[in-house]
Amino acid sequence: MGLEKAIGSVMPNALTTRLDRLINWAQKNSLWPMPFGTACCGIELMATLAAKYDLARFGAEAIRFSPRQADLLIVAGRVSLKEMPVLKKIYDQMPEPKWVISMGACASCGGVFDTYTLIQGVDQFIPVDIYVPGCPPRPEDMIDALIQIQKIVEEKSVRDPSD
Amino acid sequence: MSETHLIDRVRELFPEAIIEVQRAHDELTLVVRKSALEAFMHFLFQDTELAFNYLVDVTAVDYQNLPEISEKFQARFMVVYHLYSHQNNVRVRIKTPLEEDEAVPSVATLWKAANWLEREVYDMFGIVFEGHPDLCRILMPDDYEGHPLRKDYPLRGRGERARFLFDTGNQEG
Ligand code: SF4
Repeated sequence: MGLEKAIGSVMPNALTTRLDRLINWAQKNSLWPMPFGTACCGIELMATLAAKYDLARFGAEAIRFSPRQADLLIVAGRVSLKEMPVLKKIYDQMPEPKWVISMGACASCGGVFDTYTLIQGVDQFIPVDIYVPGCPPRPEDMIDALIQIQKIVEEKSVRDPSD
Repeated sequence: MSETHLIDRVRELFPEAIIEVQRAHDELTLVVRKSALEAFMHFLFQDTELAFNYLVDVTAVDYQNLPEISEKFQARFMVVYHLYSHQNNVRVRIKTPLEEDEAVPSVATLWKAANWLEREVYDMFGIVFEGHPDLCRILMPDDYEGHPLRKDYPLRGRGERARFLFDTGNQEG
């Protein structure tokens, strides 16, 4: 259309882009995770965030311990029947848009703990975007999961109310 | 104060109470009759020479599937106390055999640490501690039925998972 050119001739420092791309670009590079670390996976998540693996390189270092300030829920560990309502409440308190990573075998399917007290997969109660296999997953797996989440964020549109 | 000295002293003071003295892996275990447990624990707590000031743990074992032990002691459960003396650097384990519906005296008035530990034993094994200030469940939900660490409790539960209502956290029906 020549719009870029026309704007560029008036304002040489301006960039033109689509609104979706701008918002998604900002959101995907500043995900604020809420860590729901209930077991050994939580330790591995800490390693992911610490200096060696440094999740800050992907913009997700601002760990929020208040769900109201977070947009990425990381369920890292076992969730018992007694704890599930807490997790659900935390998920409900997070503002939209929000994404969920189910980290490790326990959060995803109960893992080896097929017992009287353990939720056999948190996806029965909250929607999960990315499952990370492993017991525990390595920090590299978590970085990969974050990149997968970024891809999901990239594809959403401000016009789609379901996102 | 050595372990031998400890054994001599309690043997002298409680000749009837001690069923067995076990030594394994350099650890000392005294199996004590339930009827004498209260006086025995009180002695260990208040004696200034032994000075067992620290209650490390209270737990229990269900010997239902181990007849060589349950028949020997005429007991299904053993309540286990781990004590430590900072002053003497001595540890001792006290075990009390218990039949299924028997209660044990609480030691929560002696060591405050026993409060939550005894609640956990009650929650998991259904063993009642007499004289406990507030004997209610500590880990399982309040409306939970049964005691899951008993050997006759099925590993996958009795349908708790299927009946679970996540919005209230309670069991259905
Ligand atoms: S998946 Fe493995 S490491 Fe993670 S919480 Fe379960 S047992 Fe622990």
